[in-house]
Amino acid sequence: MRFTEDHEWLQAEGDVVTVGITTHAAEQLGDVVFVELPDAGRDCDAGDAVAVVESVKAASDIFAPVAGEIVEVNEALADNPGLVNEDAMAAWFFRIRVADASIIDGFLTEDAYKALVE
Amino acid sequence: MSEALLTLRLDDLHRELGARMVPFAGYSMPVQYPAGVMKEHLATRASAGLFDVSHMGQIVLRPKSDMAALALALETVIPADVAGLKEGRQRYGIFTDDSGGILDDFMFANRGDHFLLVVNASRKHDDLAHLQAHLADAADIAMIGDRCLFALQGPQAEAVLAALVPAAAAMKFMDSHVVASDWGELWISRSGYTGEDGYEISVPGDHAEAFARALLADDRVSPVGLGARDSLRLEAGLCLYGNDIDTTVSPSEAGLNWAIQKVRRKGGAREGGFPGAGRILREIEEGPSRIRVGLSPEGRAPMREGTVLFHDGTEVGRITSGGFGPSIEAPMAMGFVPPALSAPGTALEGEVRTRRLPVTVVTLPFHTPTYKR
Repeated sequence: MRFTEDHEWLQAEGDVVTVGITTHAAEQLGDVVFVELPDAGRDCDAGDAVAVVESVKAASDIFAPVAGEIVEVNEALADNPGLVNEDAMAAWFFRIRVADASIIDGFLTEDAYKALVE
Repeated sequence: MSEALLTLRLDDLHRELGARMVPFAGYSMPVQYPAGVMKEHLATRASAGLFDVSHMGQIVLRPKSDMAALALALETVIPADVAGLKEGRQRYGIFTDDSGGILDDFMFANRGDHFLLVVNASRKHDDLAHLQAHLADAADIAMIGDRCLFALQGPQAEAVLAALVPAAAAMKFMDSHVVASDWGELWISRSGYTGEDGYEISVPGDHAEAFARALLADDRVSPVGLGARDSLRLEAGLCLYGNDIDTTVSPSEAGLNWAIQKVRRKGGAREGGFPGAGRILREIEEGPSRIRVGLSPEGRAPMREGTVLFHDGTEVGRITSGGFGPSIEAPMAMGFVPPALSAPGTALEGEVRTRRLPVTVVTLPFHTPTYKR
């Protein structure tokens, strides 16, 4: 598993990268009340704001950390946004099919991410 | 921006309770505790929440001649019926400017031999200067610096406070009393800004921590931060200065005609005589050109402050407060629209991230208050 400086986590399986937000991000956001997900099938560039997570207090963009095609989104979050607070590391947002899964090696390791948020 | 943040006297207690502190109105303030905004909000509605609002301004005005003269002097800056306010009672008031805009909103109390104003933190220094500029001949005016202010709100607030201060139980909504206690002289009003029954309690600074700990020792009390204070007041349909009201908004536009009693309106015994009276009294008679309404967004997506409102493709207004209501389990907002579009049920659209989504005008409040009148 790898991490971004925008507090997202990435998990590669074959050529598909699953993306969610970190426990630290979920704690900072507070109670999540709404998640807006992208349409499956759309292409994205790295850095595109493709989803939105809204807490009681504010709205935050979720960025596509890598370029590719969004092949699946977690509809369960639309129905139950509180899943993000219950277990952020399990509450994935979307899956992106990438050209080369080794791209995630360029992101932060768990240790490097921990150092960033502590 | 470079000015250092002020800290609350009970900063250490908030940190001990696990608060996340954020800058607000020049102070480092608890925005939430470990329970989080949602649970703190619901705990206030179900039992009792304790809020440290010591950042707010407590201003005492002592008459130079007599209270009646000071009341009339206050009526030159406040469009409310000040002279008719009985001892031991408080009222909601506003300061207006010459253009009919709102300089601040606050509570003012007749405390027998003086008036007490509790004003917004972000406006307190301007309010003090405003009073000194207009009322220096009628009153000695002082900002109280050695007291803390707490709000205890919720259906259990009476039982909790009465266990420590029995006199609190007999107080009615908007009573304002001075009560001797184990924590020195308390200034208690039965009021708040959450839509719940409850109290605001001013405590001498050197007793404040012991008093707060005594309240928190009661299982029925949860510490509550600014996050839930905002969602509670929005559910109750109450204005937040700086969001819903400011110098560009008149009392009629804000739906605050009720804060201008009949005696100060056209034909009243003490008609007008406050800044902006011409416009303000005319709008009470003829109606304003836009008005604050409640707004209920369809679905779950909140519409935040700044969201532009459309009707039939034309921009018609803007949201001034918006978020998610934990008690109503739905997004909620307030904003300004033309009177023709202000009837409950009117269908509008709000632009959220480039998409126009349905939103309906609704009657305020979202959550019905439970004041003990």
